[in-house]
Amino acid sequence: MTTLQPPVAAEPRPAPPPAKRDRRSWTGWGFIGPFVAVFALVFLAPIAYSIYLSLFRDQLIGGNQFVGLDNYTRALQDEAFWSAVGRVALFLVIQVPIMLGIALLVALALDSGRLYGKSFFRITIFLPYAVPAVVATLMWGFMYGTKYGLVGDINSAFGVTLPDLLSPSWVLASIGNIVTWEFVGYNMLIFYSALRVVPTSLYEAAEIDGAGQWRIISAIKLPAIRGALVIATIFSIIGSFQLFNEPSILRPLALNSITTDFTPNYYTYSLSFNGQQHNYSATVAIIMGVITMIVAYVVQLRGMRKGA
Amino acid sequence: MSTTVTASPAKNTAPRLRTPRKKHSPGKPKRNVLLTVLMALMVLYTVVPLIWLVINSTKTQAGLADSNGLWFAHDFALWDNIRTTFTYHDGIFGRWLLNTLLYVVLGAGGATLLAVLGGYALAKFQFPGKRAIFAVVIGAVAVPATALAVPTFLMFSKMGLTDTPWAVIIPSLVSPFGLYLMWVFAAEAIPTELLEAARMDGASEVRTFFQVALPLLAPGIVTVLLFTTVATWNNYFLPLIMLKDPDWYPLTLGLSAWSSQAQTIGGDVIFNLVITGSLLTIIPLIAAFLFLQKYWQSGLAAGSVKE
Repeated sequence: MTTLQPPVAAEPRPAPPPAKRDRRSWTGWGFIGPFVAVFALVFLAPIAYSIYLSLFRDQLIGGNQFVGLDNYTRALQDEAFWSAVGRVALFLVIQVPIMLGIALLVALALDSGRLYGKSFFRITIFLPYAVPAVVATLMWGFMYGTKYGLVGDINSAFGVTLPDLLSPSWVLASIGNIVTWEFVGYNMLIFYSALRVVPTSLYEAAEIDGAGQWRIISAIKLPAIRGALVIATIFSIIGSFQLFNEPSILRPLALNSITTDFTPNYYTYSLSFNGQQHNYSATVAIIMGVITMIVAYVVQLRGMRKGA
Repeated sequence: MSTTVTASPAKNTAPRLRTPRKKHSPGKPKRNVLLTVLMALMVLYTVVPLIWLVINSTKTQAGLADSNGLWFAHDFALWDNIRTTFTYHDGIFGRWLLNTLLYVVLGAGGATLLAVLGGYALAKFQFPGKRAIFAVVIGAVAVPATALAVPTFLMFSKMGLTDTPWAVIIPSLVSPFGLYLMWVFAAEAIPTELLEAARMDGASEVRTFFQVALPLLAPGIVTVLLFTTVATWNNYFLPLIMLKDPDWYPLTLGLSAWSSQAQTIGGDVIFNLVITGSLLTIIPLIAAFLFLQKYWQSGLAAGSVKE
């Protein structure tokens, strides 16, 4: 990291004002300018362009035509889109609480000081985060398989027939397991870091008042890390609504179970890159973005207000 | 009597969070066997797939099919698999590895640099537009990155950037999470008086940043660098959209191409190479996390203070 030559922006440095309070100058822009410039290029411009695209339709005859909100009315009545939304919503409602629940329990266990080999547990459980989604999905995909995988081994060893985890009725749960495996350690680390900075004097006071461990957890620890819980929940919601990597990589192994409109993101991807329907794809992406932001915002409001 | 040392990074200048940790109560909490066993189960869940990967990278394509997934086959083919992984298809795997390194050095390195500069500015300067920047950046985090992918692809395609490394590197340069982390970290780690003192002594802003601020930011920088590295190393969606030419693929895209080639008619089934390649892909990152543990964990802990 020392090899990079920082492009220090031209410093509009006015004569240093003698008054100490007067730090309100443009100097800060010299430092944040580069970030803002790239941010504008890769975040703001695509958002604007996407909104622009969603208002047009590419006709075979007549070329690009302004169609107003037609694409939006089409999307709102699009069954493929809504069934994809339903699928990720189901995923969200089941997978996210399981993942965050496990992460929280592990973080509390680590924080309790009652474990043997604490740092071993902490780093090992975190490790899957360093595994790319592609590799994680390939690994689990092979393991799910009846041919090479563990499921096949268990079947032949015990003479049982486990359900095919890549079949249409199981594949969403199988993906849920992959995502849980990938992110449980990451969320655990966020919770654990937040727990570490809770002032210990609170625990002592509570114990003197006769509070047990569970009471300390529910009355002190959980409220103290509420911010971390809310942030992790929001990131998980965004992640669920964006689900793409795992289903798309698993698809070659489960062609019958995973369709190209399996999730909203997969749907926009297919529309754009297989169907060349860029305008409609942009529309679907915008609607999904708006849904995500609304849900994230509601969760944030509720999470922050509760018991405050 | 309790000798409590409250870990309060707000007071520590450089959050070296190896400080003696809180003790929960008068007397140490008892170690709990049951809790440890439950955690061991959790560890099992975590490592079984990784063990599976290691074991199966020692098998030939035939061995994969007819041996137990969690034990070795008759012949030990690991070295052979590694050699084949690097020589298959004119050594394209090595090329993918170099591409990934290129994307990480420029993408993650650049993202970290921008986040450090920006976080420092947000933490230590008052300037016009600061609140707007904050609002927009935080709002943008909620925008699904994949929702941006299609328009970004179309924009880049018009600029002639698709199918070049720039299409992967430029979007990787922005890490809102890195900016946030650096901002919180800089606010904690750099005492404003120290900056004032440097300025009083006539140091320029650039010099103050490099000589006073930067050393204090080191743990935060390692943390952000590690997380942006993971994001770039593991990136799949962006290169999938932007790149057609396999010569520019990163490892992730290459591996998934190898995996799905079994599905194409007449495609070579090379699951043994997919598995060995996967193992080779995760080793560098796991090693980085293990070796830099001390730094990134303290950086992360400081980042969560403000929540």
